[in-house]
Amino acid sequence: MIEVRNLTKIYSSKKVLDDISVDIRDGEIFTIIGPSGTGKSTFLKSVIRLINPEYGKIIIDGVDMLSLKSEFEIQKVRKKFGYLFQDGALFDSLNVWENVSFGLKYLTNIDEKKYLDVAREKLELVGLKGVEYKKINELSGGMKKRVALARAIAHNPRYVLYDEPTTGLDPISSDIIIDLIKNMSEKLKVTSIVVTHDIKLALTISSRVAVLNSGKFVEVDTPQNIKNSSNEFVRDFISTSFISNITN
Amino acid sequence: MIINKIGKVTIDTAFHLGRCCLMIKRMFFWLFNSKLEKKEVMKQTVRIGIESVGVVILTSLFTGMVLALQSGYTSKNLFNEPLYVGTVVGFSLVKELAPVLTAIVVSGRAGSSVTAEIGTMVITEQVDALYTLGTNPSTYLLIPRYIAFLIALPILTLFANVVGILGGFLVSYIKLGISSTVYFDDIFQYMEVKNFFHGFIKTFFFAFAIATISCYKGFYATGGAEGVGRSTTDSVVISMIMILAIDYFVSSLLVIIGIT
Repeated sequence: MIEVRNLTKIYSSKKVLDDISVDIRDGEIFTIIGPSGTGKSTFLKSVIRLINPEYGKIIIDGVDMLSLKSEFEIQKVRKKFGYLFQDGALFDSLNVWENVSFGLKYLTNIDEKKYLDVAREKLELVGLKGVEYKKINELSGGMKKRVALARAIAHNPRYVLYDEPTTGLDPISSDIIIDLIKNMSEKLKVTSIVVTHDIKLALTISSRVAVLNSGKFVEVDTPQNIKNSSNEFVRDFISTSFISNITN
Repeated sequence: MIINKIGKVTIDTAFHLGRCCLMIKRMFFWLFNSKLEKKEVMKQTVRIGIESVGVVILTSLFTGMVLALQSGYTSKNLFNEPLYVGTVVGFSLVKELAPVLTAIVVSGRAGSSVTAEIGTMVITEQVDALYTLGTNPSTYLLIPRYIAFLIALPILTLFANVVGILGGFLVSYIKLGISSTVYFDDIFQYMEVKNFFHGFIKTFFFAFAIATISCYKGFYATGGAEGVGRSTTDSVVISMIMILAIDYFVSSLLVIIGIT
């Protein structure tokens, strides 16, 4: 379980995250939506301390991530996480299977000889076959995202963080990724935190949706209740996003 | 107005120096607290070293040739005979020109590429990805590059010494009619081991400086592709200036401690 308490992040005297508190329950898909620049990615990066917030607590399975002093302790907690970056953040200098198996050396005790098999298994899980030896620049946007997802789950993390998983993808690739997130949650029982602009994703597969605006969660509720929200900002944001999705 | 500018430059310089020192501190911390990425060290040594061999050979060859030509004809004009050409070429190359020119060439060839690569990794979140995959940029990026520069530059300088001296011999023999015995006697009769070490020791300082500047500029590249381009240019310019400055100060130090 992830417990976030009074999380505050300040950039050049502007509060990007303003005293946020939320509990993310085991096994749920917790989706954060909101306009650009409201701190969604900052929240995600703060959870695993890729960014150091100014105040607050992030308690992961009883350990306050922000109170940890040494990089070794932080790394121990980070092992529980997989992270899907917005543009994949795949290493250009490595091929597909080397990318997927990259973390195994540091995060698991798996024998090096089995890395290729693990990479193949994870690539199959995200619907990719026969791409192990391809270079990253030979892949399409959707394939890159799936390879990045395979890399994020290669060490069987307990939590997976998704930063804009469907951004820049065509509707078919987007649907594949949405299904993968859902399957990952159901089959592997991972807890997912998804940051997205994709209202369809948020309202179809999420257990709960949080709407972030000006560094605060305006509302945190089930997709059904978010759809019927009485909050003006939430209603406006959802209807605008739907229109924008349709016109796109 | 001028005071403002001076103040700003001073604060900026102090800020960058401080951040750079912290980067070096992190590098040393992880050097002793993590497993060495041997594969990456090999890869970077090949990239920085072997891929720079061609340009280093060409640079040192022509430097040796022009040194022989200039010293030979100057000596001919003064004494009617090309005297001590080997000595001039040997000493100039071994103590100064080979280490400095090789360092400058490597900073332009490999330092720029290190900055561009790390800078691109930063803006595409590949550096953040390293943290999420159980390692960190110091272990995976910094240490291998520092070691690679520290291995490659001294070896390349040795190459440059040999090739430069051979270049000088080529011109001495063909244009000045100096025999190989005289040319090489002129070098080995006067040169001592400490003269060689005077130049060789400096290469480690240059290597450390190039690695520091190129990695630092890469890690703190901002502003997308344009920013990476700017950082790459800065990295080469600063490296060149630092090489020349370090050359003077380390040479002075070596003279003081008797390695002349």
